[in-house]
Amino acid sequence: MHGRPRKVYKPEEEAASAAKAVKFRSLQSQFLSNHHNKIYTKEAIDLSTKLLEINPEAYTAWNYRKLAVEDTLSRQESDPDLVKSVLDEELKVVESSLKQNVKSYGAWHHRKWVLSKGHSSVGNELRLLNEFQTLDSRNFHAWNYRRFVVELTNRSKHDELKYTEFMIGNNISNYSAWHNRSVLLSSLLERKADGFMPSQKIPEEYELVHNAIFTDEDVQSGWFYHLWLLDQTVNVETPLLISSWPPHGSRINLSRAGCLNDSSSSSKLTTFPLILYFDQAVGGVSSSTVAIDSELKGIEDLVWEPVSNKNSQVSCVWVARLKYMSSEPCFFPKEYKVKVRIGNSPGIVSSRGFNFSVPYEFVFTARVEDTVQEEPREVIVSWTDGFDIWDAQSEDLKNLVNLDQLNGQMDFKWRQEAIAEEIDLFRTLPDSNSKIGKLTIARLLMAKATMSENDVKGVHYEEILKLYNDLMALDSTHYHYYKDEHSVALLRKVTSSTESLSRHLFRYSDMNNSVCLRLNNSSLSRIASVEKLLFVQMLDLSHNELHSTEGLEAMQLLSCLNLSHNRIRSFSALDSLRHLKQLRVLDVSHNHIGEHSVDTTRYLCSSPLSNSEWSQDEVGRRMTPSLVTKYWDAYFVLRDLNLKQLDIAGNVVAGEEFSSFVPQVVPTLVWLNGHKLRS
Amino acid sequence: MSSSSSSSSQMGELVADKHVRYILMSEKKESFESVVMDHLRMNGAYWGLTTLDLLDKLPSVSVDEVVSWLLTCQHESGGFAGNTGHDPHVLYTLSAVQILALFDKLDILDVAKVSSYIAGLQNEDGSFSGDMWGEVDTRFSYIAICSLSILKCLDKINVEKAVDYIVSCKNLDGGFGCTPGAESHAGQIFCCVGALAITGSLHHVDKDLLGWWLCERQVKSGGLNGRPEKLPDVCYSWWVLSSLIMIDRVHWINKAKLVKFILDCQDLENGGISDRPDDAVDIFHTYFGVAGLSLLEYPGVKAIDPAYALPVDVINRILLTK
Repeated sequence: MHGRPRKVYKPEEEAASAAKAVKFRSLQSQFLSNHHNKIYTKEAIDLSTKLLEINPEAYTAWNYRKLAVEDTLSRQESDPDLVKSVLDEELKVVESSLKQNVKSYGAWHHRKWVLSKGHSSVGNELRLLNEFQTLDSRNFHAWNYRRFVVELTNRSKHDELKYTEFMIGNNISNYSAWHNRSVLLSSLLERKADGFMPSQKIPEEYELVHNAIFTDEDVQSGWFYHLWLLDQTVNVETPLLISSWPPHGSRINLSRAGCLNDSSSSSKLTTFPLILYFDQAVGGVSSSTVAIDSELKGIEDLVWEPVSNKNSQVSCVWVARLKYMSSEPCFFPKEYKVKVRIGNSPGIVSSRGFNFSVPYEFVFTARVEDTVQEEPREVIVSWTDGFDIWDAQSEDLKNLVNLDQLNGQMDFKWRQEAIAEEIDLFRTLPDSNSKIGKLTIARLLMAKATMSENDVKGVHYEEILKLYNDLMALDSTHYHYYKDEHSVALLRKVTSSTESLSRHLFRYSDMNNSVCLRLNNSSLSRIASVEKLLFVQMLDLSHNELHSTEGLEAMQLLSCLNLSHNRIRSFSALDSLRHLKQLRVLDVSHNHIGEHSVDTTRYLCSSPLSNSEWSQDEVGRRMTPSLVTKYWDAYFVLRDLNLKQLDIAGNVVAGEEFSSFVPQVVPTLVWLNGHKLRS
Repeated sequence: MSSSSSSSSQMGELVADKHVRYILMSEKKESFESVVMDHLRMNGAYWGLTTLDLLDKLPSVSVDEVVSWLLTCQHESGGFAGNTGHDPHVLYTLSAVQILALFDKLDILDVAKVSSYIAGLQNEDGSFSGDMWGEVDTRFSYIAICSLSILKCLDKINVEKAVDYIVSCKNLDGGFGCTPGAESHAGQIFCCVGALAITGSLHHVDKDLLGWWLCERQVKSGGLNGRPEKLPDVCYSWWVLSSLIMIDRVHWINKAKLVKFILDCQDLENGGISDRPDDAVDIFHTYFGVAGLSLLEYPGVKAIDPAYALPVDVINRILLTK
């Protein structure tokens, strides 16, 4: 099926092939007859040998041989020599089949099956492996079989590590050997085996991989190993908290609107989210592992939830909704200090099994007051008028925004040194137009920026952005990969200091001075640095190149989002917005929804297709089933949102049928495409 | 047909009618090459029929003929063999289920029986064996999950453990192998990512890490290989492409170059698509070439679902309606 040249067969060639086919057919049907009649005579077994010699892929023949072996052994159990000769014969047949087709799943599995009967020697199996791995060092069947033999015979990881070094020495571009090395090494490092400390081992591995990278530009084997080493250098295994809302030292206003006008005596309930943002996915965040001290009522028995899809119990982002209420009106603003302590009790564990072990606490002030302001009228939100600039030096900005890095890196001297050395080395590469050279420097500089002290952070971003621009031109096949990385670096730069961030911050006077972040017309193809933006209530991402809202789910305070003039192709791409319980205003006008037959977020959206949503709810059952199926992603995404204002004009999907479908799915909707809906 | 004559002369053209004829004629082949593939006729039928449906030519075959032959391949265990008389295996059971889904004839199955056969092959650690002889491979995890989801019987297996086993096969480069510790390979990646997609478990995938590994499968000729340092092959237009689509990173490759590579692999005279330009064609690569073009939104080809590997209208019909 692979690698055969295309040719037109001459009639005599065709006739010969047809004759061969007839012979094989007859052999096969004889074999099948023996199999169905459970005939295990020597003659019958030899027939199957012949069949497998011609076609090692005839899987039923391997099954038959196992049955034949079991039948023979059941009659000869007491004679070890006979047993040995029977099994030896099987090993012989496997070996000759493998010489015919070294990738035959059936042959390899048959060998494992024979070995499980306790036969053959380690020496023999390693000899066989050596032969096959010399012929083709990338044959993954052979490598898998090697792992099988190693486990069966308890060969040491150290010996196997030496073997990978030997294979790499033979051929630096042997990805299979590098892969196996990474598996063995990571296991030894994790177990903290003797002589395997990351601070010593990782720098040694850098030295080893440099040869692979610098030998030949196009050989990829070293690239992925180097990326893994970088990950080991930059990322600590234990999970860390990288951001919170409210941040440490902030002052938050919690106003309870309309209390003074409320004639009823019932308590007024308001909620606000508490957000914890970790550097990796963790589970086990609960009121047992997160302690909250405050006189503020409503903090008891907080329910912590992961911000992730329905089937996941882990997430980088965890939210608890603090409900505070009081039956008495509050005439004077009262301030409450709230202290949040994480990690004093064990239980928060990363998805890789490492405990959150360094206790951390942060304190913020909640200022509660009742206001006379009535419930906001149903006013349409504008994205152009009513915005005030915010002074970077203003107190209330400083109260809200805290970009300081939490949790200094542990044990980081060797890490910083390793990165610095790599940067120096890659900068001295002779070929300045090397794709992997530029990409690696860009990654190293990003890593350095992550690990730096707060005040020197801004320095490298210009260089990183230039490197990605160079790469977009140098390797146009992967243009959009570099574009996405460019956007990530750009957002890191914008959020690296309060000063740079404040240039994009405004207050929207029509909505209680909501905090608005404007990142429109910025050529962004991807969202990043969200952990620095948890305070944002209105977000303008219009006129960019976004095709998904991946990342926005952490922005729990978001009430207004502008995604007009982007590259959104479907509602499934907006799935992350389902986590934004406070979202009321959404603009997805002038995108590409309905234009494409391929949906790249079809499985990243919770729906029956991915078995993560079940039947339609009450509302769905009242709608026309064919429309729910036709617009399934809009249905599943929009029904979880309590939108008041939605803009979908300028999308292929937004015809009459869809526009009348939407208000049924979103009963809270007041404004559609700028027009007030009749209630 | 293609959008405009100028673009088709630049890019080449999909000779859809020739491929349809090639598929319909392949039944009659009596060459040695085809006879040694006798035992996987069920797979071949799935590849051929799905390609026909993607080209909107499924009515060219006789449903009854296919279905009655298909039923002769079913065993008393509930599993299906690759052809009449051969032993049952999940590889062929999935193809049988997919073929019936294409024809909207799943109701002829004793669903309880088939699903019990598949579910019975799950092991303690969550992995799946291919048949009673115990070979374990993440391909079989995908097969079990995909077929049981189509049959709406996923609850017959321990999904959590199945997912855990797949995650244990995740490698440090973000890819997946056939068993824990095995090297990343695009075919296995498709199976693992597909299984995670169908079970709503894609949060276990490091999309950026895997996405970069996958996008670097595109070589200078525009074709895709299956792992580093290997030759490009049309079948990876499916394995790599569908994986990239499921994790929303397909924009990291150059789609136009890949379209050109696939079109260059066609036998413009006799129909059929080969692994590489000027190699011998076969049904396997014809299917993957057309399926790849579907994922690349080539005009005239119906949309295919990247996880279930069946046309989107078939999957939507089965999974989105009660």
